[in-house]
Amino acid sequence: MSFISYLINGISLGSVYAIIALGYTMVYGIAKMLNFAHGDVIMIGAYVVMTAIAGAGLSPLLAVLLAIIFCTILGVVIESVAYRPLLNAASSLAVLITAIGVSYLLQNLALLIFGANTKSFSSVVPAPALVLAGGNLTISGETMVTIASCIVIMVGLTLFIKKSKAGQAMLAVSEDKGAAQLMGVNVNGTIALTFAIGSALAAVAGVLLCSAYPSLTPYTGAMPGIKAFVAAVFGGIGSIPGALIGGILLGVIEIFGKAYISSQMADAIVFGVLIIVLIVKPTGILGKNIQEKV
Amino acid sequence: MKMKKAVSAILVAAMAVTLMAGCGSKADSGSDKAADSGSESGSVFKIGAIGPVTGGAAVYGEAVKNGAELAVKEINDAGGIGGVQVELKYEDDEHDPEKAVNAYNTLKDWGMHALLGTVTSAPCVAVGEVAQTDNTFMLTPSGTAVECVQYDNAFRVCFSDPMQGLESAKYIGEKGLAKKVAAIYDSSDVYSTGIYEAFVKEAENQDFEIVAAEAFTAEAKTDFSVQLQKAKDAGAELVFLPFYYTEASLVLKQAAGMNFSPIFFGCDGMDGILAVEGFDVNLANNLMFMSPFTPTSEDETIQKFVKDYDEAYGQTPNQFAADAYDGIYAIKAAMETGEVTADMSPSDVCDAMKEAMVEISIDGVTAKGLTWEASGEPSKEPMVVKIEDGDYAVVE
Repeated sequence: MSFISYLINGISLGSVYAIIALGYTMVYGIAKMLNFAHGDVIMIGAYVVMTAIAGAGLSPLLAVLLAIIFCTILGVVIESVAYRPLLNAASSLAVLITAIGVSYLLQNLALLIFGANTKSFSSVVPAPALVLAGGNLTISGETMVTIASCIVIMVGLTLFIKKSKAGQAMLAVSEDKGAAQLMGVNVNGTIALTFAIGSALAAVAGVLLCSAYPSLTPYTGAMPGIKAFVAAVFGGIGSIPGALIGGILLGVIEIFGKAYISSQMADAIVFGVLIIVLIVKPTGILGKNIQEKV
Repeated sequence: MKMKKAVSAILVAAMAVTLMAGCGSKADSGSDKAADSGSESGSVFKIGAIGPVTGGAAVYGEAVKNGAELAVKEINDAGGIGGVQVELKYEDDEHDPEKAVNAYNTLKDWGMHALLGTVTSAPCVAVGEVAQTDNTFMLTPSGTAVECVQYDNAFRVCFSDPMQGLESAKYIGEKGLAKKVAAIYDSSDVYSTGIYEAFVKEAENQDFEIVAAEAFTAEAKTDFSVQLQKAKDAGAELVFLPFYYTEASLVLKQAAGMNFSPIFFGCDGMDGILAVEGFDVNLANNLMFMSPFTPTSEDETIQKFVKDYDEAYGQTPNQFAADAYDGIYAIKAAMETGEVTADMSPSDVCDAMKEAMVEISIDGVTAKGLTWEASGEPSKEPMVVKIEDGDYAVVE
């Protein structure tokens, strides 16, 4: 029974990683940059929800919507102010360093506004826990909502990219920016849209993460952000189903590693598996073999 | 890492307050009155104190300063030590070993008889080396590292990290709280590991069994589902949590989520869990932890201390202030028992005091019947606090 419990916990943790990883993978696929501030947008989203509920007395649903809108705007602003001027810079390192800078900026802003004290985040998930097998197996409401949200987001996003015009534009930009522009695709607009979607997802991830693990500090987003980045690389960065597979695998390996090998070595095991995967398949599990442009 | 950052930010805030507080409090502190009355004549006892009042750990040093000043003022108002007034001089070390040694030298030049300090572990170890060479008596209120009291001239008021583990195991065993115990600890933290190792060692002598021992690291301290599941599967009736309240609040929440409700038992790092903003205090019901000091205790000495401290400094004293308060009274008792006079050299004072230390017994705010062993460790009954209905309750 504990095996099933571990598996469910792993999938739940992995689902959060997967939703965060989507933000990394979409931005990388389209803008070819690593947005290291992504994890901190998650943290901002969680703070917005907390402030809206505790401070302004909004209903949880409204608070989540507000956080999504706030993070979407934040993502677009960050992109246009910090990244866009550098996207065509000679070195791709410039934008990477800027992203790290934005990450610190967001952390310190949160530190300034909300203080360093840990805040306990009250769960916004109304669903009750599911008790199975005569009390031996308890699946919390947060776990179920997290997994369900992950599936809905994946399906929705895949449909959006396949069916909508904007989604097709994203695909085009990710394949060849120059050619897409020549074909009349608004490249800057598409990149901004990508950031908007990625940041909106970050807000959702923030809410789910903090509902499941209810402790919120200005550094809450940092570690899940890094893990999710690993998940994105694991699954093949740039690939949306890859982010899902990478995220869930990462969560399950982490929990199983802790449970059956050593609770101290969990992270070492996760990264060990990552190294093996990258040796065998350098582009990740579902990564595309992109031609090197030197 | 999160913890450190959190602490440092609080400390910065505390430091700002300190700077302002420092301006006003000079005139009325007992130590300064004594200073005027005759510091050159050798007719006062000079107690030095070292701790950070600026920088990252300022909140600890400030509390010690306040607690010590309060005790010195009380002693002087009551006639001093054997009729001789006490003078306290507090030097800042910014939680830096090098600056602490400089501060020590300043105090030595001033003619210090005994040292209360230092407040934090690393500077304490550094000062300990020099003080041992000089044979100066030192009593640290709050240096928990084992090495703080490695020489015979050094004593401490607080429990060391291993002592907390040992006392926890003893308490659980002697009170028969559980037969099957699980432990979860932070393997990337010295404090947590130190307590855990001593706990496991002492557990062998106690009538309970450690059925699960699970670790986590600073990089993975949000998800405790596995550790808790293992504890649950192993049938643990008590889970020992030797780490800080930030992570403990997550453990409690996740345990509640999986219908696992053993007794949770923590150490002094658990203190503060009720103050976490937004934390559902019902989760902490029946949580027990070892605490050196409980401001809500109904004990008369403690009540008086809390009230006087609040009047003098406008805040509730924390465990550092309490340790320092008891520390000054311990120095007083050792000076009286050792029949120390103000014209003795610091080395003679030290010889007399270190012999007296093992004889004295203090009814302080951190313990009743507090005594010391020659090793420098205090011998006191650990106070165990249980949380009931969102408030502290001391259990015997």
